[in-house]
Amino acid sequence: MIPAPFEYVAAASAAHALDLLGEHGDDAKVLAGGHSLLPMMKLRLAAPEVLIDIGRLTELSGITSDGDELVIGAMTRHAELAASALVRRGAPLLAHAAAQVGDPQIRHRGTIGGSLAHADPAADLPMALVALGGSVELRGPAGVRTVGADEFFTGYFETVLEPDELLAAVRVPSRPGQPWGYQKFTRRANDWAIVGAAAAGGRIALANMGPVPVRALAAEQAAAGGASPAEAAELAAEGTSPGEDIHADRAFRQHLARVLTRRALEHQRH
Amino acid sequence: MQVNLTVNGKPRSDDVEPRLLLVHYLRERLGLRAANVGCDTTSCGACTVLLDGESVKSCTVLTAQAAGQEVTTAEGLGDGDTLSPVQAAFRQEHGLQCGFCTPGMVMAATGLLAENPHPTETQVREGLEGNFCRCTGYHNIVRAVLAAAEAGGRDPAGDPATATAAATAGPGQSAEAAQ
Repeated sequence: MIPAPFEYVAAASAAHALDLLGEHGDDAKVLAGGHSLLPMMKLRLAAPEVLIDIGRLTELSGITSDGDELVIGAMTRHAELAASALVRRGAPLLAHAAAQVGDPQIRHRGTIGGSLAHADPAADLPMALVALGGSVELRGPAGVRTVGADEFFTGYFETVLEPDELLAAVRVPSRPGQPWGYQKFTRRANDWAIVGAAAAGGRIALANMGPVPVRALAAEQAAAGGASPAEAAELAAEGTSPGEDIHADRAFRQHLARVLTRRALEHQRH
Repeated sequence: MQVNLTVNGKPRSDDVEPRLLLVHYLRERLGLRAANVGCDTTSCGACTVLLDGESVKSCTVLTAQAAGQEVTTAEGLGDGDTLSPVQAAFRQEHGLQCGFCTPGMVMAATGLLAENPHPTETQVREGLEGNFCRCTGYHNIVRAVLAAAEAGGRDPAGDPATATAAATAGPGQSAEAAQ
């Protein structure tokens, strides 16, 4: 499979990438690791006229501490995130989630910014960001705005990112020692979650239970009110309306959400 | 567009279409046919090569993205008639059946051992999660990777002089193409 022709520009800096986005707008797509975009282009589900490659921008890579938050450059690869001592200490759920993405080859290429901007509700990192209550830094012509995880995702493969904006960095709270749970149900190696559940700090996020990674709010409230993990998890599918596909119908997904939430709450790590 | 990169130690400068995938560049432009196109959807791993020492699926990398980087294919392993430790271990442990997945398996294993020289069996199995063997010959493949790790960079057969590059040439792979 071969993508439709496009113009390729290697951005020299984040500012250059923003200029190019301003110039080309909707006709352009940002290329990070390319492990969501290139498969879609090969299938001709996406056919951007211009690809803006940010893959060499070291200014968009790397992980630092900023007060009680970790700041993760958009170009940080999954393998780097999974191995980072800072992330493993301050946000181990995120390091664990990164290690669940695809397979080693995919983790060598895929990036946190690319995964979040792609916004697949079945993917690991969007669910992790919502579970952690993190945020994203969106850089645009007017400056930087920070958007919380609960507001960033708006629909299947849709976010609040404007065509002239670049997802530059990701922020997550650093909470060493905070218990966390992560459950991902798949039937094949290196697959997306049929349903996933992630819990940390009183928040519970679900993957593939709707068009965006959703919070299990009823279960969160029950747990906060003293309910046992099993009791709280019974409410995990409240208000969800998951899609149906060859892997699971709606009732099975809702069943999985309850089971995986219970396991995420019962089997917490530090 | 002009792309400068290094392939198996040799500097290259080629005019390519931006949409040219790395696997097609290697196979069709350079005649390096070890990396196979299997699923073409980032799943099977038959097209695995090393990019700056890290395993990647070359069906999902643009040639342009590899500019300035070092690509290693199975043709670039070993040295003349001497197999690399991983290649020799695959030969020793019969880590292949039809051979289609083998170049990708060998490259994924080479990348895995570079990152983790002494993996457990579980780590080998997880480390090869991105490579499918439709002959289901995983048992011997895992044994081969463990044998290569055990040998610690030497030929597990103990006699590198007897190992030949032809022993692991997969279907369509040409030893000459590497030259």
